[in-house]
Amino acid sequence: MNPHQWLELAVYVAALVLVTKPLGLWINRVLDPGGRTWLDPVMRPLEKLTYRVLRVDPAREHDWKQYTFAMLAFSLVSCLFTYAILRLQFYLPLNPQKLGALAPHLAFNTAVSFTTNTNWQSYGGEATMSYFSQMAGLAIHNFFSAAVGIAIAGALVRGVARQTAETIGNFWVDITRIMFLLLLPICVVLAVFLVSQGMIQNFKPYTVARLIEPQTISVQKTDENGKPVTDAKGNPVMVNQTLATQTIVQGPMASQIAIKMLGTNGGGYTNANAAHPFENPTPLSNFVQMLALLCIGSALTCHLGRETKNQKHGWAVWTAMFTMFLAGVMVCWWAEARGNPIHQKLGVAIADGNMEGKEARFGIFDSALFATVTTDASCGAVNSMHDSFTPLGGLVPLFNIQTGEVIFGGVGAGLYGMLIFVILAVFIAGLMVGRTPEYLGKKIEAYDVKMVMLAFVILAFLILGFTAWACASDWGKAGLNNAGPHGLSEILYAYTSGAGNNGSAFAGLNANTPWYDTTLGIDMLLGRFGMIVPLLALAGSLSRKKIVPASVGTFPVSGVTFVVLLVGTVVLVGALTFLPALAIGPIVEHFLMLQGHVF
Amino acid sequence: MANKSVSIFDPKILRQAALQAFIKLNPRLMIKNPVMFVTMIGAAISSVDAFRSPGQTLFVTQIAIWLWFTVLFANFAEAVAEGRGKAQAKALRATRTRATGNKLAGGENTETVETVDADALRKGDVVVVRAGEIIPADGEIISGAATVDESAITGESAPVIREAGGDRSAVTGGTRVLSDEITVRITANPGEGFLDRMILLVEGASRQKTPNEIALTILLSALTVVFLLAVVTLKPFGLYSGVDFLNPVLISLLVCLIPTTIGGLMSAIGIAGMDRLLQRNVLAMSGRAVEAAGDVDVLLLDKTGTITMGNRQAVAFLPAGGVTEQELADAAQLASLADETPEGRSIVVLAKQFGIRARTIHEMPQARFVPFTAQTRMSGADFEGRQIRKGAANALRQFAGGTLPSEVEKIIEGISLSGGTPLVVATRERTLGVVHLKDIVKGGLSDRFKRFRAMGVRTVMITGDNKLTAAAIAHEAGVDDFLAEAKPEDKLELIRREQQGGRMIAMIGDGTNDAPALAQADVGVAMNTGTQAAKEAGNMVDLDSNPTKLLEIIEIGKQLLITRGALTTFSIANDVAKYFAIIPAMLMATFPAVAPLNVMRLHNAHSAILSAVIFNALIIIALIPLALRGVKFRPLGASQILRINLMIYGVWGMILPFIGIKLIDLIVAGLRLA
Repeated sequence: MNPHQWLELAVYVAALVLVTKPLGLWINRVLDPGGRTWLDPVMRPLEKLTYRVLRVDPAREHDWKQYTFAMLAFSLVSCLFTYAILRLQFYLPLNPQKLGALAPHLAFNTAVSFTTNTNWQSYGGEATMSYFSQMAGLAIHNFFSAAVGIAIAGALVRGVARQTAETIGNFWVDITRIMFLLLLPICVVLAVFLVSQGMIQNFKPYTVARLIEPQTISVQKTDENGKPVTDAKGNPVMVNQTLATQTIVQGPMASQIAIKMLGTNGGGYTNANAAHPFENPTPLSNFVQMLALLCIGSALTCHLGRETKNQKHGWAVWTAMFTMFLAGVMVCWWAEARGNPIHQKLGVAIADGNMEGKEARFGIFDSALFATVTTDASCGAVNSMHDSFTPLGGLVPLFNIQTGEVIFGGVGAGLYGMLIFVILAVFIAGLMVGRTPEYLGKKIEAYDVKMVMLAFVILAFLILGFTAWACASDWGKAGLNNAGPHGLSEILYAYTSGAGNNGSAFAGLNANTPWYDTTLGIDMLLGRFGMIVPLLALAGSLSRKKIVPASVGTFPVSGVTFVVLLVGTVVLVGALTFLPALAIGPIVEHFLMLQGHVF
Repeated sequence: MANKSVSIFDPKILRQAALQAFIKLNPRLMIKNPVMFVTMIGAAISSVDAFRSPGQTLFVTQIAIWLWFTVLFANFAEAVAEGRGKAQAKALRATRTRATGNKLAGGENTETVETVDADALRKGDVVVVRAGEIIPADGEIISGAATVDESAITGESAPVIREAGGDRSAVTGGTRVLSDEITVRITANPGEGFLDRMILLVEGASRQKTPNEIALTILLSALTVVFLLAVVTLKPFGLYSGVDFLNPVLISLLVCLIPTTIGGLMSAIGIAGMDRLLQRNVLAMSGRAVEAAGDVDVLLLDKTGTITMGNRQAVAFLPAGGVTEQELADAAQLASLADETPEGRSIVVLAKQFGIRARTIHEMPQARFVPFTAQTRMSGADFEGRQIRKGAANALRQFAGGTLPSEVEKIIEGISLSGGTPLVVATRERTLGVVHLKDIVKGGLSDRFKRFRAMGVRTVMITGDNKLTAAAIAHEAGVDDFLAEAKPEDKLELIRREQQGGRMIAMIGDGTNDAPALAQADVGVAMNTGTQAAKEAGNMVDLDSNPTKLLEIIEIGKQLLITRGALTTFSIANDVAKYFAIIPAMLMATFPAVAPLNVMRLHNAHSAILSAVIFNALIIIALIPLALRGVKFRPLGASQILRINLMIYGVWGMILPFIGIKLIDLIVAGLRLA
């Protein structure tokens, strides 16, 4: 924890603060179908053309059911589209490596994963996906799923801000405008910047380079069927293999990475994700990627304030998010910088902290910050291996996801997730001011509570239910590379990441099996749409209500008390739901590590 | 009601409640409260396990016992609240002495009277009630007037006048006619009367969950499901990690986590809210109305009777030039002797303060008195050759030949501007001066309105007066706004307009013409003296017919909501400490390394779990008085109330169980119970 790192944290925070308002005001105009921007001369014709092609009347708004239907239809069609591409990859163009089709379960898992903005990857990017699959199958979903997330948040905010209105916006107009006016322009700039830092963007076949120093590695011997050969005692037979060449990945990377970060998708072009030198070439690219990751989530709070004509509320939500962000960074950074007590006892590389699984170019701080922001948001891009973090350091990303990724959060998903907590906080504590609970003048009634709690129950059910199932079954335990509480943490992290649509992993788990692919696919689907549908119902319910004018007797949704209450609710509800599971996973592991026991 | 407030610790109620606690274990009743239902199932499973846990029988048995206690304590809380309601209801029912009615067999136009039992009377029947008789059922006077003793319901000993037509025509069954004879049309069947309905509500028998209670129940049930998931999945997690958690241990964790405190006390809080209203002689028709009272944004208050004393009173004599105050007072008194209106009487009273001895009409046979009429708008006396008149400025101007002296006109204008009413006193020859009549604002109201403003409740005064007068009184009383020259339909219009803007309105009224507004208002309090129509339209009835009661009703409504919110927050905040007690205890056997998590240094695993369960049960009992009494109410803005209550029920809700569980652990370990 040196001054240079403190400075970087300060610069990062400052940049995030500076970008919030201007971007928030921009989003405010994008989400307003009549909003004007200086990009209109270029984008307006494209927008109109899209409406004509889609046969959409931009003036006709949807009620929540129509909005939900449009969103589900759009997601289903685009998901099937990607599934088809992945299954037919071998026959499609831009495949210089002649990569074969994906197995059905992997194609299902991947298509669902990108449709739901999760970008859980049961495959290694460069070894599995052709350029066409990366671009048309995956990157396109990076745009689509991000746009859907922002649209849902926009619809929910409209529901809060409007009164006695039946409609919550037009889904097609929302995603079209988000795509053309928000995501595309920023991504163009971002991609060009990333190329300037050394990121690749081409259609060349992979380059084969001769190693200056050939290396000998020990690998498991396999028979002609590819099965590992074991000796009489059942131990694998190892053989030496000498490597003289290295295959260097190529392809259209920058165009995909820009939206991967901006849209909090996180699905790496390469298996190493943002730890790969091409995918994250410089400290500056690392910094800008982290900023791109949180900026829309942060800016949406400003949009919330503007739309509900209560800017203080927007900033209060921002402050609550920021408080939790800072706490997470500090704990993770501290835990990683402190390192592994076993190393300390041995006197090995104490000053370095816990460098296992970290890219030497980034070191402790950039890895800890990246791990925190990527799980604050539902991004899941990684520049280090979360699996190798110390138990407490790894607890931070895990807990971040379990609290619903509401710390700025995934684009749109962060805000709508946070609004669920806001409504919960208002409902629990709101009575204490002597009125039935209301949020920004909207009475929170049985139906609203039902929808909010449905989202919570679904999240808890997915994470805990699937983890328990995997723990208790042979197929679940078969995927584990690590025993004991760490294995439990890995499974827990996988289903948490899936349900939270994060996509990062405690990579010790081999999840590319039919069982894991399928259950994780369901986990992601329900984690996304099981949350969005009740939320849109909530938006519909809120939009129909009248707004009770604020008075001094109204529950305050800004100010220190509210921020404390909101943070308390997020942490407490997250902690109360998942503490038993966390206790028997990472927390036990932490205490065992202190006693010198690792897994 | 003689017995206005029933002590929380009335032994009789407690005894009955203890019995009720067991009766309420009926699963069909329990299912209405999902949180406690889950607790009961947990208790049942643990009881069975107690026989199947060799070596741990003592521990599991104790767990089972305390889980049953948790359920029983919650039932007990509800039963105590109901018991108090029943005691109140008993006082009400005592008025239901067996009465008979003199039924007019052939309807209201016949003379044939037959004596029937009160229970035999049906809606629409007509009865005659004579002096000394008890009115057999709720009804409306169709002819006659009588003084009625309503002390049985209101506790007020002074008899009240009830008469046909107008706003005082409703009579309540069980009250006694003191004088005269009235003919009453019965408006309620036996058992459906006003009191009957109230008794059922107060007893809790026909109590339905209020909208907020329903929403809160959903929240608590969903939390229960979430915790159920968290605990049930611990079993496979444990098996994976090589720990086989005992069922009673998992059940203990579950019961400690689910919000049993608020789940157990919620209905008691609701019943106690209605009960507190009843102690102030307000009958609420539903729990929903009490809840709505807390939400009220705007209070509509009738000026007359609520903000001001019933009538205007003379406060000053302002003589014209060359006339002394004494002379004016003397003339004004003479002119007012024949004025039986309250205003006229107040002039006579005021004159006494100027040394004018009290006179009556009878002791002055030589004088000719002119009584006040609405047509002439003046009263007076012809005495010793003088024609003294007193009345409205216009009337006197005519009487004085068209004009009044300019100085007098100036005085008149001054009084009008200040919101008062000028009455001119004059003879044919000269104008003597002006009497200043003024609305007397009730004492202490302005402070009260200030409290409401601090809570964000706006007060609006409704008056038939002109704008000038209304503004002056509004200013003096400290209301936020006023509606002058208001007709009944204006009131309804105002309510609709405010509701359109999303506000909740409370009003109090008595007359038939108030009924539409009472029905439209979110909280409509009818006065017991009012018409049946008004009572039917409103959702509360004030037995005391005291218009300022509205303020107390709102405070009670707010207090009810705050209590519910405070205990919800407290209940959830409690879970933190329970985790720190139970989770380490569950893991310690297999993973001794987690010992540092046992921050309370609890004696051993069994005593830790047992202590948490005991705390969880006892806290329900400990909070019963708070639930019944309601949390302290502070007339502050929402931000301040929130900060204070979050501190008390949120922060202390987290800290207190650490202390409590530790203490219980010391006792449990000391008694070697675990």
